[in-house]
Amino acid sequence: MKKRIYLDHAATTYIDSRVKKAMGEFLIEKFGNPSSIYKEGRIAKQAIEESRKRIAKIIGAESEEIIFTNGGTESDNLAILGVAKRLARKVKPHIITTKIEHHAVLNPCKFLERQGFQVTYLDVGQNGIINPDDLLKVLRPETILISIMYANNEIGTIQPISEVSRIIKNFRNRQISNKSKILNTKYKIPLFHTDACQAPSYLDINVKKLGVDFMTFNGSKIYGPKGIGVLYIKKGIEIQPILFGGEQENSLRPGTENVPGIIGLAEALKISQKEKTRESRRLTALRDYFIKRLLSEIPNVFLNGHPKKRLANNINVSILGVEGESVVLYLDKAGISCSTGSACTSSKLEPSHVIMALGRSHQYAHGSIRFTLGKRTKKSDIDYTMKILIKSVNKLRNISAVKIKI
Amino acid sequence: MSSSDVDNWYYSNKVKEHFFRPKNFLMREPKTGEFDAEGEAGNFACGDIMKVWIKIDPKTTKIKKFKWRTWGCASAIAATSVFSEMVTEKGGMKLKDALKITSLDILKRLHGLPPRKVHCSVLVNLAFKNAAEKIDKK
Repeated sequence: MKKRIYLDHAATTYIDSRVKKAMGEFLIEKFGNPSSIYKEGRIAKQAIEESRKRIAKIIGAESEEIIFTNGGTESDNLAILGVAKRLARKVKPHIITTKIEHHAVLNPCKFLERQGFQVTYLDVGQNGIINPDDLLKVLRPETILISIMYANNEIGTIQPISEVSRIIKNFRNRQISNKSKILNTKYKIPLFHTDACQAPSYLDINVKKLGVDFMTFNGSKIYGPKGIGVLYIKKGIEIQPILFGGEQENSLRPGTENVPGIIGLAEALKISQKEKTRESRRLTALRDYFIKRLLSEIPNVFLNGHPKKRLANNINVSILGVEGESVVLYLDKAGISCSTGSACTSSKLEPSHVIMALGRSHQYAHGSIRFTLGKRTKKSDIDYTMKILIKSVNKLRNISAVKIKI
Repeated sequence: MSSSDVDNWYYSNKVKEHFFRPKNFLMREPKTGEFDAEGEAGNFACGDIMKVWIKIDPKTTKIKKFKWRTWGCASAIAATSVFSEMVTEKGGMKLKDALKITSLDILKRLHGLPPRKVHCSVLVNLAFKNAAEKIDKK
């Protein structure tokens, strides 16, 4: 196969060879079911418990606070629906989230709306970041959950999670003193969930520092395996399961554990933390170099999201006068992989809700292109991509019915 | 649409051909009097806009020139390009015959499109009708 330049690491990553090695023996030799009491089972059980401990330590949690799921989507669903089912006994429970969440958060929220829940979707500024003061305005005594992503998957913007958690804590304390506790729980509400799937390789994921009650992350974005995720659930908080079966994962997630996946996730997370500082610095330089070239060498290109408060590997631009899918396919032909927020590539034919939430017109969403860098990305890849992109945009602009003044 | 086309690429090879090497598009601005009419279809919200320019032979009513520009995805570009080929080949179609071309005819010629892409990408016949109506009024 011709050499490919993969610039879509936010979609998924290849598995690090060290992760593959760690997983290997759990595919064939150590294949046991952790629930079995004989040796094969005990070996598998011990391996997943060690992984749990390692993961817990990395994120500043305890082992029993780590629940393994089949990925980011399931973790988000478990947090949102699990809290909703547990706390939905009283009238009109209220949830707060943002307009730029992943569909794994937005769609469970929409589902709950249809079930009679009230959901507030916070706006973001033109820079793709929420204003924490907006949260203050919409918190209510009946708010049970706030779900705000740590870093956005499309535009890479980083949300002020610690600041949000301080606001929530202050609000909780006021609620207690006002004796307006309407839900009979041992813990204080509202609860705070963050989807941190894009974060572990680049940001601090210590749950204590972030001040979250739930945190989602997964293997497939951090050079680990697909089909494995974690939901961190702070000790003492009760939620209801969304799947029913065996007693695995503290009766919150039934099903035989994905042993190789768990081993791989723990190894990938360990590596990501070890390499975070260096790799973030390297990619930030490449990112800024790429953005600078995009904005200066192609007319009518606009950066989506805050220029600095964004993931080290994320570049998202709107190229006016062209449509995203066409650009993606022209680049694909030249061996480059990237993605777009254009409607044409979504199955619902709706343009990116994230770009639209920035307050920009449809043309910006349809012309948006995301490049996400990773371990294998070199400066020469970016130079080659620029060369092809300039040619492709010129050609597509020539045949475009939308003429922009250059 | 043969299954091998789909396996190799998201669209058919015919779409691929017209997308990467579009035919009959108008690069420069049209000159005064160069065309008899101009038509447009689509909008920013749906993500596809096409403009067409046509020149008709007044005696034979055959389409002498069909030029276009499209802002849109691969299937929109390919559909417009293939339509331009259909109406101008073999000395050009008569205007009234060209107006009978349906989305289905365009689809056949493209060797199919993913079903969800049909209604938003095949707008060229509408842009063409829009232009033809302006000729009728002349």
